[in-house]
Amino acid sequence: MIVAIAFYAFALILLASAAMVVTARNPVHSVLFLILAFFNAAALFLIAGAEFLAMILVIVYVGAVAVLFLFVVMMLDVNFAELRSGYQRYMPVGAAIGGVLAIELLLVVTGWQVAPEALHLSLGAAPAAATNTAALAEVIYTKYVFLFQAAGLVLLVAMIGAIVLTLRDRKTSRHQVIRVQTERSAAATLEMVEAGIGAGIGTLGIYRPLPATADLEPADNDPHADDPHADPVDAAHGGGAHGGSGHHAPEAR
Amino acid sequence: MGGTMQIGLGHFLTVSAILLVLGVFGIFLNRKNVIVILMSVELILLAVNLNLVAFSGALGDLTGQVFAMFVLTVAAAEAAIGLAIVVIYFRNRGSIQVEDVNLMKG
Repeated sequence: MIVAIAFYAFALILLASAAMVVTARNPVHSVLFLILAFFNAAALFLIAGAEFLAMILVIVYVGAVAVLFLFVVMMLDVNFAELRSGYQRYMPVGAAIGGVLAIELLLVVTGWQVAPEALHLSLGAAPAAATNTAALAEVIYTKYVFLFQAAGLVLLVAMIGAIVLTLRDRKTSRHQVIRVQTERSAAATLEMVEAGIGAGIGTLGIYRPLPATADLEPADNDPHADDPHADPVDAAHGGGAHGGSGHHAPEAR
Repeated sequence: MGGTMQIGLGHFLTVSAILLVLGVFGIFLNRKNVIVILMSVELILLAVNLNLVAFSGALGDLTGQVFAMFVLTVAAAEAAIGLAIVVIYFRNRGSIQVEDVNLMKG
């Protein structure tokens, strides 16, 4: 009796939330109703005696697939109101096809019967294990082990496929190029400068901002200092390469 | 397995039949929105799983549950690939309307 009440309650919520999935105005609500439907389907699995599958449904479907749907719905910036525009137009054909399918299934559900020899054609009787999980494991890991491996392969292909499809190379991202790094040599990047005696940094055309009382021209804060008038020292000393080009100001004369 | 079967097989079959019809109806109702179509496909697969599990419980045969598990696996893979395709399609075209998917039309 309690089983019947639970079955009807869960089935009712399952069907109601499934109806809300397909008719909800907001796709986020659709995903949330899908999660509710999965929970109730897990309860129905429990009533049918499949405990392991019920837990798998909750963990894998609610935990992974439905959340994936939620991610995609919220990530895509789609005008969902526009997507609903043909709603009234598609309703009749959908109702017609759904009605035909429902009538067919009604005929099946009301008219079916178990063939008398079907009970003897069992592919594999349930092993006498303590729990549903242990029994399922005994079947999967012995009789269906190749199918089990193939299922793992399907998941691997799906994972690699999803990564390959969605991975993109951003133009602004900076990658590490190992070849360029290992091909660098000291000669290409380092320059030794012979500084003469008494030649300060001013020779190289690099000035710090000095107070106005100095006898330098105070307005020149340009680090490149390509202006030859800003050079107080006679440019007898060779310019050094300080960090790059453009610092050979004394050679301008 | 089939100890608690005051609820018969017919109840489960009815529920899953209605669920399948709702899924098919959803595909036709949301002709433009790919994401809801994918969700409807998930509903259809859920109906199939419910059938398999109900028969497995009623017949005392674990094969139905094994098969339902494989259906779950394939459905998860399908959802992942389908959503990845939706994401890159939206990235390229800025829309997820099914009617806009006509790049390969000759």
